[in-house]
Amino acid sequence: MHDLLQQLLNGLSQGSIYALIAVGYTMIYGIIQLINFAHGDVIMVGAYVALGCALMGLGLIPSLAIAMLSCAILGVIIERVAYRRVRPVSRLAALTSAIGVSLFLEYIMMYFLGADIRTYPAGFFPERTYSIFGVTINNKDLLVLGTTLVLVIILQYIIYRTRTGKAMRAVSFDGQAAQLMGVNVNSTVAITFFIGSALAAAAGLLYGIYFNTVQPLMGLMPGLKAFIAAVLGGIGSIPGAMLGGILLGMTESLVAGFGGSMYRDAVAFIILILVLLIRPTGLLGKGVQEKV
Amino acid sequence: MGRVEPLLNLEDVNVHYGAIWALKGINLTVGEGEIVSLIGANGAGKSTTLRAISGIVKTSSGRIMYQGEDITKTPAHDIVKKGIAQVPEGRRIFANLTVMENLELGAYIRKDTKGIKQDMESVLDRFPRLRERIGQIAGTLSGGEQQMLAIGRALMTRPKLMLLDEPSMGLAPLLVKEIFSIIQEINKDGTTILLVEQNARMALQIAHRAYVLETGRIVLEGSAQELAKQEDVKKAYLGG
Ligand SMILES: Nc1ncnc2c1ncn2[C@@H]1O[C@H](COP(=O)(O)OP(=O)(O)O)[C@@H](O)[C@H]1O
Ligand SMILES: [Mg+2]
Repeated sequence: MHDLLQQLLNGLSQGSIYALIAVGYTMIYGIIQLINFAHGDVIMVGAYVALGCALMGLGLIPSLAIAMLSCAILGVIIERVAYRRVRPVSRLAALTSAIGVSLFLEYIMMYFLGADIRTYPAGFFPERTYSIFGVTINNKDLLVLGTTLVLVIILQYIIYRTRTGKAMRAVSFDGQAAQLMGVNVNSTVAITFFIGSALAAAAGLLYGIYFNTVQPLMGLMPGLKAFIAAVLGGIGSIPGAMLGGILLGMTESLVAGFGGSMYRDAVAFIILILVLLIRPTGLLGKGVQEKV
Repeated sequence: MGRVEPLLNLEDVNVHYGAIWALKGINLTVGEGEIVSLIGANGAGKSTTLRAISGIVKTSSGRIMYQGEDITKTPAHDIVKKGIAQVPEGRRIFANLTVMENLELGAYIRKDTKGIKQDMESVLDRFPRLRERIGQIAGTLSGGEQQMLAIGRALMTRPKLMLLDEPSMGLAPLLVKEIFSIIQEINKDGTTILLVEQNARMALQIAHRAYVLETGRIVLEGSAQELAKQEDVKKAYLGG
């Protein structure tokens, strides 16, 4: 029983990180129908920016803020430089461009910072554990859950309560109709990249602390898992991405905790295939949106 | 008497979709306060004309003048700010948003909170059924209600010129009548109307002037009354 609770808690933390990344994937897909393959690498850049801040002696929150802001700007630049002009040509062209950006970010980091695994300095986030009813709660878990919760609440607020959020939802439903309302589609797309990439940076920092690892390819696996989570939840759906992330994290953790750690990564893909066979639009997906 | 500058003036406008030559040198004017109808068969280029005015499609040549200003190259989102609203073909309401949010998006370009509130009230007075469904997801509305929402949304931009693309499409005859009388009311309240219709009979009834479009060219123009009497218009568009 304790074991189960322990695994669920671990799964919840990992799932939250997946969810933060998956939300970015799904928002960007929702607005321009592009699988942003570079999204995973933005996580990595975020982790490095935070590492740089930490090494300069900045605390956790300022580091998080700087990482988020830098990656938000990086996201906007990526969209402007690599996607905006190829998007109208074809989806395949944009996808190819995204893969190019992904490789570029990975190898530029390797070139300048090396491929060594780095970790955050010891005092950056001193670890503590608490034992409650036999379940070990690490303050890393609290950090991850707390940060995710706060960010998700802010995101919900932006999307459902602000004028910009309304414009984002309108553009993702029907870009031309949104233009007819005076919405500038290009800036709305840029804002979406800004927000999605900021969330990815936060996920990068959390991932780096949680697994004690910062390296140039660290974004690949969580990026892929988060993509699966987004598809699982129904690509384009923000609540779906969150649900998909949490479910995936929990399932992986349960599989790993009960003797299947070798199959941990395979599980994500198996779940994905099963869900897509049974419910091709994902758990909360609305299916192909009717665009008259 | 001096010549009055028309509100909208299309001069030799051409539009291509790839290899398809959709508009072949359109000349069209809309004067302040008028209802002008643009009629023609399916595929004639009516929607393309409205899309060109709204800046949704690029013109390959020609000029679009609005209030004496060249808006040919103005981006779509800025054209709305100049006072040109479009109610697009097929309504294109945001089906995933609530009725209220759809109307608020109409006011997206505006900052005058008070004016927005007033206009919201007057739209809801004009369309009481929207008031009843204000919190509902717009996708759940009936066809007629969606058309009202699309018109209401356009009114929320507070337009000088309203472009309507086949507002009667797919509606029961009674609703068609209602929609056309609403268009007349909107016009009487001071909004100029450019109306695209396949339902030529109704369109000619409420219009001051009309143009007939055939495969990308304007083949006839004149006062709506005159056009309605012409034999070839009767034969082609009024069912005898
Ligand atoms: N997006 C598009 N891509 C290619 N061709 C188009 C597109 N939209 C319209 N057309 C073509 O342009 C012509 C005019 O279309 P349209 O303006 O929609 O006509 P109408 O509104 O009078 O029915 C038609 O031949 C149509 O097939
Ligand atoms: Mg049409």
